[in-house]
Amino acid sequence: MAVHSTSQGTVRWRFAKFTRHRGLMIGSTIFVLLVLSVLAAPMISPADPNFQNAMATFGPPSLAHPMGTDAFGRDMMARVLWGGRVTMLASLSVVVLGALVGTMLGLIAGYFQGVVGFVIMRLVDLLLAFPGILLALAVTAILGPGIENGVIAISIILVPVYVRLVEGATVEVRALPFVDAATTLGAGSMRIILTHVLPNVLSSVIVMTTTWLGIAALWITALGFIGLGVQPPQAEWGAILNDGQMFLTLAWWMTVFPGLFLALFVISVNMIGDGLRDVLDPIIRD
Amino acid sequence: MFRYFAGRLISILALLLGISVIAFLMLRLIPGDPVMALMGTQAADAATIDRLRHQLGLDQPMLMQYLTWIGHALQGNFGYSYSKQRPVIELVADAFPATIQLTAAALLLSVSFGLLLGSWAALKRNRLPDTLGMGVALALMSVPSFWLGMLLILLFAVTFPIFDVVSGQGFSGLVLPAVTLAMGVIGFNARFVRSSLLSAQANAHVVTARAKGLTPTKVFLRHVLRNALLPVLTVVGLQVGNLLSGTVVVETVFSRPGLGRLLVDAIMGKDYLTVQAVVLIIASIYAIINFIVDLLYPLLDPRIARR
Repeated sequence: MAVHSTSQGTVRWRFAKFTRHRGLMIGSTIFVLLVLSVLAAPMISPADPNFQNAMATFGPPSLAHPMGTDAFGRDMMARVLWGGRVTMLASLSVVVLGALVGTMLGLIAGYFQGVVGFVIMRLVDLLLAFPGILLALAVTAILGPGIENGVIAISIILVPVYVRLVEGATVEVRALPFVDAATTLGAGSMRIILTHVLPNVLSSVIVMTTTWLGIAALWITALGFIGLGVQPPQAEWGAILNDGQMFLTLAWWMTVFPGLFLALFVISVNMIGDGLRDVLDPIIRD
Repeated sequence: MFRYFAGRLISILALLLGISVIAFLMLRLIPGDPVMALMGTQAADAATIDRLRHQLGLDQPMLMQYLTWIGHALQGNFGYSYSKQRPVIELVADAFPATIQLTAAALLLSVSFGLLLGSWAALKRNRLPDTLGMGVALALMSVPSFWLGMLLILLFAVTFPIFDVVSGQGFSGLVLPAVTLAMGVIGFNARFVRSSLLSAQANAHVVTARAKGLTPTKVFLRHVLRNALLPVLTVVGLQVGNLLSGTVVVETVFSRPGLGRLLVDAIMGKDYLTVQAVVLIIASIYAIINFIVDLLYPLLDPRIARR
């Protein structure tokens, strides 16, 4: 494993590869700032995001309300910051759930192949036949609207993508001589998968997870925007934008600010994803 | 050649079968009695419920239920929408043209601008146009389409009233939704075209072509672009799916009556037969388009059919 075979110098060199990548650094900076501001929501914007004030509806951005107020006089900045927590947590849950289940199934399919592998891979083909968010909508139709169901629905789309990636990598690693050597020495399947195969597919899984985090955020907010995600009055970027849509020409700030945060979040995640791919996955690099 | 086509044909048929099974099972996975779920808020007497149960074939074994359902679906009978009081096929037929129009327009935009932006970046590799173009591509991929759509409405409804914002069937109403739908895919295509061109450029025969004195334009068109187009074609086929399902969001933003809007309304109204029909139709169109893409491969690369 990397830890005991690399000298300190190599570690420093590896770290330098990360810090020298400009896109990765810019993306990480924006990402960290966004996450911090959302975590610091209680300090930056102590106003209750659901506090309604009938005297202050549709207030344009001002000192008291830097991002204005909405149709119920709720402070937009509080809603954007508190809503960001929901969007970020939901997107993260989607990729973690999808990655865990998908990696597990991919390892099983790639390592054992045979009938089990065949069945898993044909199911994957079938799930991939439903384009984009369509499958998630079908699942939402069955489970009903709500953020938890949205997370489940979207992570189901991610599972086949991970299975494909991990299965391919597992088949490749499995054919390498050191796996045969381990088998000869008496290692069981479980041990080989966990100590020899998994570490070798992990960097691809990490790169993929960053790439899909951005897409997950776009899809989670799309569900919220359509009205199938979090239910009112809870704040979430997609749901806030749904509120904004109704009063688009009347109160632009209800749409511009939450969307800007969402766009910045996805851009930063994608920049990190591109950067990690450049650094960790030299094969895909052009 | 024959083996290639036969293989493709068998796999598309298997895929369509699988899609229909999933769409069929959807209705059975809804918690509770499917008949009650279908009736929704409509109160019904026991006789109606029994009649509907018999009509849907719910009193028969699963396999018979599937065969009856798919037999009806193939004849265009997707059942009756109780919330809209109309046969589902009529709802779908009304919404279909608008969605196809929107998807086709967005596909045209995303392929042409994707190719332009991607080729430009590849030709000026590591120079300003490349950095700038790829930055734009990343931004286009990252910006949520519904937000972009709202910004466009804001811009064109308030500041420059050129295009119809409330969309009609005409060209003027199509521009903003098509641009909104295409943006993300333009960004994706541009990045893909660029990396595809760069890897085609690294081939030995490109160096030879340059060495024998062909002009850069000829080298690019004859030797680089042609080899780069194959993977691009695959990706374009796959992107049609993203465009089709993206209409769900874009049609909501522009309140455009299409399949996407129909699907969302049906989910909200628990109109399961409509959901089932739209899911089946969109997934089938997507599968058939990728089948056509597979059939086009041998035209671009004769080696594929000989394998």
